[in-house]
Amino acid sequence: MSRIGVFVCHCGLNIAGTVDVEKAARLMSNYPGVIYASDYVYMCSDPGQDMIKEVVKEKKLDGIVVAACSPTMHEITFRNTVASIGLNPYRCEIANIREQCSWVHQDNKEIATEKAVQIIEATVEKLKLDKSLVPLSIPITKKALVIGGGIAGIQASLDIADSGYEVVLVEKNQSIGGHMLQLSETFPTLDCPQCIATPRMVQVGQHPKIKLLAYSEVEEVSGYVGNFKVKIRRKVSFVDWDKCTGCGLCIEKCPVKVLSEFDEFLAKRKAIYTLFPQAVPNKPVIDSNNCLYFTKGKCRACEKNCSVKAINFEQKDSFIEEDVGAIIVATGYDLMDKAEIGEYGYGKYEDVIDGLQAERVLAPAGPTNGIPYRPSDGKIPKEVVFIQCVGSRDPEHYYPYCSKVCCMYTIKQAMLYKHAVPDGQAYVFYMDIRCNGKGYEEFLQRGIEEDRILYIRGRVSKVFKDGDKIEVWGADTLTGRKIEISADMVVLAMAMVPSQGVKKLAEKLRLATDEYGFLTEAHPKLRPVESLTAGCFLAGAAQAPKDIPEAVAQASGAASKVLSLFSQDVFYHEPIIGSVDEEVCVGCGNCVNICAYDAVELDLVTKVAKVNPALCEGCGACSAACPSGAMQQNNFGKRQIFEMVDAFTKG
Amino acid sequence: MKISYFPGCTLKTMAKDFEDSALASASCLGIELVELPRWNCCGTVYSLTSDDLIHQVAPIRNLIRVKEQEDNRVVTLCSMCYHTLKRANKLVREDREKLDKLNNLMYREDVKYDGEIEVLHLLEILKNEVSFNQIAKKVKIPLKELKVAPYYGCLLLRPPEIGLDDAENPTILKDFLESIGAEVIDYPYQTECCASYHTVVNVDLVVERAHDILSSAINQGAEAIVLSCPLCGFNLDNRQKEIKEKFSDFKGIPVFYFTQLLALSLGLDEKVCGFELNFVDPRHLLKSKHLTGRV
Amino acid sequence: MRTEISIKNTKSKFLGKVEELSGESIYACYQCGKCSAGCPSISEMDISPSEIIRLVQLGEEKEVLNSKTIWICASCFTCVTRCPKGVDLAKIMESLRQINLRKNVDYVSPLSIPKEILSQVPQIALVSSLRKFSA
Repeated sequence: MSRIGVFVCHCGLNIAGTVDVEKAARLMSNYPGVIYASDYVYMCSDPGQDMIKEVVKEKKLDGIVVAACSPTMHEITFRNTVASIGLNPYRCEIANIREQCSWVHQDNKEIATEKAVQIIEATVEKLKLDKSLVPLSIPITKKALVIGGGIAGIQASLDIADSGYEVVLVEKNQSIGGHMLQLSETFPTLDCPQCIATPRMVQVGQHPKIKLLAYSEVEEVSGYVGNFKVKIRRKVSFVDWDKCTGCGLCIEKCPVKVLSEFDEFLAKRKAIYTLFPQAVPNKPVIDSNNCLYFTKGKCRACEKNCSVKAINFEQKDSFIEEDVGAIIVATGYDLMDKAEIGEYGYGKYEDVIDGLQAERVLAPAGPTNGIPYRPSDGKIPKEVVFIQCVGSRDPEHYYPYCSKVCCMYTIKQAMLYKHAVPDGQAYVFYMDIRCNGKGYEEFLQRGIEEDRILYIRGRVSKVFKDGDKIEVWGADTLTGRKIEISADMVVLAMAMVPSQGVKKLAEKLRLATDEYGFLTEAHPKLRPVESLTAGCFLAGAAQAPKDIPEAVAQASGAASKVLSLFSQDVFYHEPIIGSVDEEVCVGCGNCVNICAYDAVELDLVTKVAKVNPALCEGCGACSAACPSGAMQQNNFGKRQIFEMVDAFTKG
Repeated sequence: MKISYFPGCTLKTMAKDFEDSALASASCLGIELVELPRWNCCGTVYSLTSDDLIHQVAPIRNLIRVKEQEDNRVVTLCSMCYHTLKRANKLVREDREKLDKLNNLMYREDVKYDGEIEVLHLLEILKNEVSFNQIAKKVKIPLKELKVAPYYGCLLLRPPEIGLDDAENPTILKDFLESIGAEVIDYPYQTECCASYHTVVNVDLVVERAHDILSSAINQGAEAIVLSCPLCGFNLDNRQKEIKEKFSDFKGIPVFYFTQLLALSLGLDEKVCGFELNFVDPRHLLKSKHLTGRV
Repeated sequence: MRTEISIKNTKSKFLGKVEELSGESIYACYQCGKCSAGCPSISEMDISPSEIIRLVQLGEEKEVLNSKTIWICASCFTCVTRCPKGVDLAKIMESLRQINLRKNVDYVSPLSIPKEILSQVPQIALVSSLRKFSA
């Protein structure tokens, strides 16, 4: 016979206002197997927990039911309470009589009390069959993988490496730095992004604990928290980076010029190129789509001029494998393509540029050294229109969300333009101006008052070319009139979208994404840097649009999560997971197909299902799908569920 | 205590009751208000454009008159005079260049102005130098059961750097009225504008504003309005004729200068109150409250 | 209503004159509308006070100078007291009246005021209205 104790919580009036808690406790004290029942105003309080401890010891209880709020609130509290006095924590169950009873039946106390008693009874029946479980301990490989070498990935890598753990940093481009290196200046301080980011990049390059794999991509990921196996593709660069000294002569001698991705197609680069002068690593790659040797079979100027014989036209992709214990995904963002917006010219007008192009136009290290010019004829524009929320906040056509950084960078761009062209005029069409960061609102007011940027509240309906002007049809909703401006140049603050390929990567890592491809955090408020996959963490704009300080903060947050994981030698995993009765399993494979975590596989020899306990998240889908009943969730066994159903339906 | 007094235009004509009751009350409280010799119009409105220095001559010249009396303070009764003099004074105190220009414009004056004069309103003297406690002690006829609504209008309070009390929640008139025993009514319109000089060419505008203000006070139970500006006084009192023409259910309410009630409460000869100059005759109200028996 | 805006509006003499006469930065206004919300005389205005500033920002000279609003404003300083950006709208309204009056055109000519009114209203009203309304 069980020795079960029942503790009914008032939760102030949250429960006691509706449920007759004293009556519930009285009724439960006579229930078979229950040898003690009482009620108390706040069970979760220290006196409440102390009371439980004393009763467990005094009555020699072998299990308890706390009838209180949802187990997502205090299950862990009470399990720790009983564990502290030697009772197995899995012999503590929560009966939810708040969210599932008192809150939803406030109009009928009698029925609410009756239902509460039934919930407690059912929970007692479950508890009777609960096993004493022990958490799984999993050894941890204390090495982290960081995917993406933008400012978030750089920050996360440095934080982990500085704490003494090894980091593998994978970056798809030939240099780390990300979009931040393309920027003109940074808001709201107007300091130079290269000046603040390049020291961090150099630190990454020099760090003994960081293995930097540039021009590489994650190919495959297997394993689980503490024990991931990662296969990384090192993309072919046709340059032996071990030999290359980064002298740059090959680049100088290359006769081919193509539009530069780094300069957002506003300037040219060579067919063998680095991204920018401060690149880390400072090694070039050959663009085989444009290289004369690859397209026409001749030239080889780079090879002839390389004194260390680093050019290797025969080079192929190579692969390396790494064992890591944790993964941080910091894959960043792209801008939505302006060619998608019909009413703003489908990207066909040269002088209608997007936000990142405007950064290059205004960057002191940009193609024109920061002198604003218009792409069509190189003239300095005298009137520039900035349009915010292009693609963002447009649920009907594009994206419903706010891209968050455009308000701020538009102020900055308009300001920089005015600083460079004091006799020019900047107009900004906006819907709202969202400046919710430290010093941001002040920055806006400075732009308006000192630089006299004319803000116009309204969306632009149409942009078209008329002669050498770009006509802008907008509105000023403050006065209710249509506004027409003949501009020299137009800047579109395009919506931020997750960087290309992130969905594929998310599949490899079993990470959830929202419908736009932004990675989903485990909890929007309380677990913002964790993913739902144990051991995988999120940093930067891959999770949602964010600016530099936010991306850096999240990166440090993710790094500290990794460090807290690495602070232990083993990782404890919840034992409430699927388990197979091998004698009953017929090997149908339903469980393998339904598992969202790849935690179940069929044993090749025995043909029965096998659960990888480290990967199983205990969702229960496999046991529901199992036709034979061989697959059972620990402490949620079929019999337990039926006993609970019986308790509910016996009356 | 002697102190220089700047009356302004209307105090000598339509608002004579204001001046008479003020001078008599002040005297009863031991203050001699000494009218400035050769005072001139203050300009009534402060010039708000930055290049309009010529309109600062009038107020500053009055301050020179004060200096000539070897006084360092001047008291006004009218809110508009108070605002104009005080604001002009603030301007020249903060802008030496403008002050020098003004002195040059008035080169025939015997003394140069240097920003040393303090511009005060009589309410400030009553509060800070006599003190409302002292006034309460000298009250002979407390205005018990008289429900009065203070009306501040604009220029006693705004802009805040010129105003004599908190711009949004003033209490000086309330505190004063309580010291003479009246029951003070709170109502939301006590600092709203009466439409001021629009009374000359746009009476309807004034009728609308004044009706809003008076109705607000009446709805809160006020039996009389108390104020300190002869233009507000004209708009809230005399314009009740037009208000009644437009709003047939409007009953009317007497309007006092605060000094009229002060004189009454101090037991001074009713003549100094000049109630006959009030458009809405307050004497029936006062009699019904047993505050005067000599009607 | 359709309005073309160009650098001619944003850098117009009109805008400069308003800022010079008022001593206020027109661009300091961020159009929150609190001035209009508290204006005691807005019901008689054809354009709200905040919209007047907006139109000045857009360089809409004619519309602003022809509006009734600038004359209805009685400089009660309610908006000045409450403006979160410290914009002295009373000074801006005064500058707009002055731009009109300095063309030597009265809004109210002293001779047009009827005799019975002259004897009815107090001096203080006459002087102030002529200060505000006549050239």
